[in-house]
Amino acid sequence: MPDASVDPTCPTDIAVSLRGVVYGYDRRRPILKGIDMTIPRGKLVAIMGSSGSGKTTILRLIGGQLRPQSGVVTVAGREVPKLERDELFALRRRIGMLFQFGALFTDMTVFENIAFPLREHTQLPSDLIRDLVLMKLNAVGLRGAARLRPSELSGGMARRVALARAIALDPMLVMYDEPFAGLDPISLGIVGQLIRRLNDALGITSVIVTHDIYESLKIVDYIYFVSDGRIVAEGTPDVVRASSDLFVRQFVDGAPDGPVPFHYPATPLVEEFARGA
Amino acid sequence: MALDAIAGGLRRVGRGTINTVTRLGFAGRFFLAVLLNSPAAFRRIQLTLREIYFAGALSLVIILVSGLFVGMVLALQGYEVLTRYGANESLGVLVALSLVRELGPVVAGLLFASRAGSAITAEIGLMKTTEQLSAMEMMAVDPLARVVAPRFWGGLVSMPLLTALFSTLGIFGAYLVGVKLIGIDSGAFWGNMQAAVDFRRDIVNGVIKSVVFGFAVSIIAVFEGYDARPTAEGVSTATTRTVVVSSLAILALDFVLTVFMFRGIGV
Repeated sequence: MPDASVDPTCPTDIAVSLRGVVYGYDRRRPILKGIDMTIPRGKLVAIMGSSGSGKTTILRLIGGQLRPQSGVVTVAGREVPKLERDELFALRRRIGMLFQFGALFTDMTVFENIAFPLREHTQLPSDLIRDLVLMKLNAVGLRGAARLRPSELSGGMARRVALARAIALDPMLVMYDEPFAGLDPISLGIVGQLIRRLNDALGITSVIVTHDIYESLKIVDYIYFVSDGRIVAEGTPDVVRASSDLFVRQFVDGAPDGPVPFHYPATPLVEEFARGA
Repeated sequence: MALDAIAGGLRRVGRGTINTVTRLGFAGRFFLAVLLNSPAAFRRIQLTLREIYFAGALSLVIILVSGLFVGMVLALQGYEVLTRYGANESLGVLVALSLVRELGPVVAGLLFASRAGSAITAEIGLMKTTEQLSAMEMMAVDPLARVVAPRFWGGLVSMPLLTALFSTLGIFGAYLVGVKLIGIDSGAFWGNMQAAVDFRRDIVNGVIKSVVFGFAVSIIAVFEGYDARPTAEGVSTATTRTVVVSSLAILALDFVLTVFMFRGIGV
């Protein structure tokens, strides 16, 4: 066991819960305007929405990097904003996170990146750490890349290394921030399948923030659609495919205009031209 | 219209003042947090040793070469002036006192801010931009203990050592020019220097200055990096600010320290 506090199973049936969560980087412009969300243990749930809709903010609230202005955020039955620093760090040891571009430590090799959480939080002997790191790398198909530096990896490889690092401590919950962004179709398929397989094989709960509807529909159990700081639609992939909701249709069909407008809010064009005349 | 312009100006001044005070307050809290996280950094001393290598050892070339040339130029200039008063055998004293009291700590500090301070800010700023600091936080590792504190202490330890080397090379450069090139008596050069340079008043005060400058440059460098806006422009601005603010801080602190150190002794 890497650490006594790390348990791959979540003690509660609901892994993550958000109730009436409101958050804004400044009080006049809230990004989240009352989010309600339930993520059951062992499920793979996607949070989708257009860029800037507050998806990543939700992950930061779950991880305790941000505190909501109002509402309740619960992970494994613990109210995250109320945790003391040590309790929060203990909780984070049971949460893995994959950042948008991997966020690998550029001054370390691939091997050292994955060994990092193990060395920081365990007293394991170095040969055991070596075996664990190679096992994690093998799980993402990159055992042969252990000695490479992050600068020598392609985007897809970096994402897989970051995935191996996210599961290094056998977490109960893994959060993925845009895991498909900027990947070629092959890498995208590989990363998608890895996320699903790891979720099922390790018995973890996964939350994916993404705007890649096609890949998500293939792998996830449930989808929440976020727009303008609110959940505007939700459902299983089958429900989403069959949905007639305008927002969901715009997202699934990739229509440039619809409930999510093409234009950023501005004064009408006629007025704008009249002002200059 | 005039009222609007005045109100706008006042608003800008007010906003600027509030921002400056907020940043100062944040910097103070940041320094306390670095101190609180320092024991964790000391427990893994290899992290700080690594930073001493990056901030100190990798700055050696610029420090040693600059020290040598400053000493040589000082000897040429000093000899020219001292000869007018028939005191050219005091060249060693002039050079040693100038370097140990002032030029060593100040010039080494300015070079250290440009070479190591900017590198520390850029590294921490880029780690923030590429979410490496966030990743660390999410792995339940405090970046203040793992990244910031070792760099702060690495800089603080490196600076006095670099200053000592700067002054030593400066004196050696003066020896080369004064004794080997111009032909001043070697015994007079070293003897007068030994007689005139006081350990407590000159050398210790020089070391105190270098420690204070090392503290200033290191805390400014780590703070600017940690506080940088996570964009390319933000990191560039933070790096520039480290060099400018550190340099001004060194010059201001040097004046204040000199006033306190040498008052009442007729210097």
